[in-house]
Amino acid sequence: MTSTKPSSGAQTKPAESAPAAALHVGTSDPRALILNNLRQSGIFVALVVIVALFAFLTDGLSLSPGNITNIVLQYSYILVLAIGMVIVIIGGHIDLSVGSVVALTGAVSAVVVIRQGQPWWVGVLAAVAVGLAVGAWHGFWVAYVGIPAFIVTLAGMLLFRGLTLRVLDNISLSPFPAEYNKIAAGFLNGLIGGDGYDAFTLLIGAIAVAGYVVSCFRTRVARIRYQQPVESFALFVARMALVGAVVMWFAWQLAHARGLPIVLIILAALVLVYGLLTRRTVFGRQVYAIGGNLSAAMLSGVKVKTVNFWIFVNMGFLSAIAGIIFSSRSNGAQPAAGNMFELDAIAAAFIGGAAVTGGVGTVVGAMVGGLIMAVMSNGMQLMGVDQSLQSVVKGLVLLVAVAFDVYNKRRLGASR
Amino acid sequence: MGDNILEMRRITKTFPGVAALQDVSLAVARGEIHAICGENGAGKSTLMKVLSGVYPAGSYEGEILLDGKPVDFRGIRDSEGHGIVIIHQELALVPYLSIAENIFLGNERRGRSGLIDWNRTNADAAELLASVGLHENPVTPVVQLGVGKQQLVEIAKALSKRVKLLILDEPTAALNDLDSAHLLNLMRRLREQGITCIMISHKLNEITSIADSTTVLRDGRTVERLDMRAGEVTQDRIIRGMVGRDLDSFYPDRVSTPGEEVLRIEDWTVRHPTQDRLVVDGASLDVRAGEVVGIAGLMGAGRTELAMSVFGRSYGRDITGRLYMHGREVKARSVAEAIGNGIAYATEDRKRFGLNLIDNIRSNVSSAGLRKLARFGWVHDNEETRVAEASRRDMNIKAPSVMSVVGKLSGGNQQKVVLSKWLFTDPDVLILDEPTRGIDVGAKFEIYTIINRLVADGKAVIIISSELPELLGMCDRIYTLSAGRITGVVPVGEATQEKLMELMAKDKEPAR
Repeated sequence: MTSTKPSSGAQTKPAESAPAAALHVGTSDPRALILNNLRQSGIFVALVVIVALFAFLTDGLSLSPGNITNIVLQYSYILVLAIGMVIVIIGGHIDLSVGSVVALTGAVSAVVVIRQGQPWWVGVLAAVAVGLAVGAWHGFWVAYVGIPAFIVTLAGMLLFRGLTLRVLDNISLSPFPAEYNKIAAGFLNGLIGGDGYDAFTLLIGAIAVAGYVVSCFRTRVARIRYQQPVESFALFVARMALVGAVVMWFAWQLAHARGLPIVLIILAALVLVYGLLTRRTVFGRQVYAIGGNLSAAMLSGVKVKTVNFWIFVNMGFLSAIAGIIFSSRSNGAQPAAGNMFELDAIAAAFIGGAAVTGGVGTVVGAMVGGLIMAVMSNGMQLMGVDQSLQSVVKGLVLLVAVAFDVYNKRRLGASR
Repeated sequence: MGDNILEMRRITKTFPGVAALQDVSLAVARGEIHAICGENGAGKSTLMKVLSGVYPAGSYEGEILLDGKPVDFRGIRDSEGHGIVIIHQELALVPYLSIAENIFLGNERRGRSGLIDWNRTNADAAELLASVGLHENPVTPVVQLGVGKQQLVEIAKALSKRVKLLILDEPTAALNDLDSAHLLNLMRRLREQGITCIMISHKLNEITSIADSTTVLRDGRTVERLDMRAGEVTQDRIIRGMVGRDLDSFYPDRVSTPGEEVLRIEDWTVRHPTQDRLVVDGASLDVRAGEVVGIAGLMGAGRTELAMSVFGRSYGRDITGRLYMHGREVKARSVAEAIGNGIAYATEDRKRFGLNLIDNIRSNVSSAGLRKLARFGWVHDNEETRVAEASRRDMNIKAPSVMSVVGKLSGGNQQKVVLSKWLFTDPDVLILDEPTRGIDVGAKFEIYTIINRLVADGKAVIIISSELPELLGMCDRIYTLSAGRITGVVPVGEATQEKLMELMAKDKEPAR
């Protein structure tokens, strides 16, 4: 196909540059768009419904500035874990040990900082080193010895919980110095003033929106240059406006509470980096290939062992980040820290559309899945729902989400 | 014809788009060993599945008479109730259960209380084992037995069901000479006890030595029924029946201009990954630029194993031998190294080993050559789309876009995705394992045209195929493989199906 085809309609004029064309070409067949993204868009719709439901049930309390800040602080470490977990799950594995690793890394950090009086950053480095070592341990057994990850990480769950108790001598350590505590409990606030709100938070929100729009537009231009289908310009603008409005509203709410939480910056950076890592790097692609069809990946020259090893090293790294955030937020290390975190992270990945058999899933999906869990737990807490019932509801949501996934797959299979 | 235990009359079985069996008739006399032979895909296994009720009554046309009475089998249990037992090529034993438990699986020896009577189970099993000449303790787990002994356990299991008609699908394909001889002797003993056997086999020497009569199938039709008792029917006679047809003329023409040697292997030997036997035994072959070389062999001859072991040692263990690319010895110890050395291998089972069915065309096309699209580990995804689009156009892959999921494509289009994937790695030699299996005629022609185009561009191609006409229509030279050994290499001008079949069925050559 040549790029200089004489076009009768307003499709592509030959002399036009791609950026100019980006302003008007494209189709917006909503049916095709929805069908193509059913798995993804379904989860966004679910999140919106759940947010609206709890806003209604709590008389808007769940959307108040203070509560939104709380959700971010309370669930950020689960979301960090969910990033690593979704990659593990895409690769066709599972990691049951992350709760114990969160506890161990937090404990090591606490021992270094509190008991030995080292500066806060030494504790952070120590925690990361321990996380990487744990990941390498798991990766070794899974990738090079060939033991199923379920077993390896089940053993790791016991092993690293035991080591946590050892490191802490069975007692809690607290408090951390103020600098360490700021990582997860701190805010960037009042840097450039504002009256009754924090202008800095709004500025960061605006920069984020601008960055998002620019990158989306550049993608659009590139796709047109490569003669790929794009959505219509009106739809593009609408999408940008919607995302922009949600982000700015979110920033507005934060600005009216305590400002921009530092963990949110960490989380946003991780989502950005890992979103690109999974979609745009050779490593990320190979993870999908391994999870989708192990034999085919092997026969395509993918170094399956190496990739599997690094999947777990990465999980260890993110567990350490989560461990640092959690210990910072709880301002100390407890022997029982991180209990059941692995299940929340796994649930987030699956609710977010990851396939039980591997090969399918996205970081963004896992984030939305994690947010669904977070909004639900938080909303039920606000309503004073009994702990037992909360657990029942969460369990049912996970089950329904995966059942939807299985149903969806069967539907796709039947239409073959 | 006297006393026939079984008659199948005018059986027709169609699958969507394909007639697997057309008007096939089979008559088996009581107490005989009846062989069924034909090329791969001739319809032998389908016929046996009809007989054993795997394809239930109503899903085929025609009638089955057992002891002169019409029968309709609704499933395997139904046919087993009538004394028909089939032993498949892939043995259906549970590895970690004992011999006795396997024999009586689904047919357990129970005491009055309803619980399993282990004494009777093991005693009865011991008796059955003695009757098949297997001297093993019935409580031994099946996993500890070799394939030959497992085969005997299967037969003991069949005997426990009071079998009247025993069907053996390629019983000796996985056995060594000694076990094969033992099995054939057992079949003779069963015949003396009045059990009728139907045996599907590619090994013509076994058929001529043991069968009382032979039915030859070809392209889903009965060709002839040969009486073997007089001993006048030779292997050549059977081969003539199996292949007797003209070479189809739908192979595109190609001018052959072989150039420099691209790939050569010498004395290539591969051991089975778990069993103690050689799967490839001292094979040597070479292929030149602009040349298509075929590898012909019967099922179990080691064709795929040879190809995969060359392709980065992705099959087998204790691989020895030398591999040369462009005259220089190379060590391709991993698939990545093999690809780096310019070797590509498109597997015979594209769904299990070739494609990520849940991902799109683009990811599949780029999967083997992804590094070429990446800088510092970052994939240039628009460039990737362009490459995939180019493949979709050049290969005529029928799909709405390169983001279509591969699992939804037809077999022919999936195969084109596989070829695109390997062409993107820019290989010097392509090994195509059953490149047209499960593909309709039109797509086959397209694949052949693509192969010819590649060869014209100076690539070397090795085709492994069970369809001899395909090899004769596409190749310049054809190697024959039998039991892991190269038994011959025939220039296509001198090759006939009969000649190839003879070489493919050739047993290990006696020591010279």
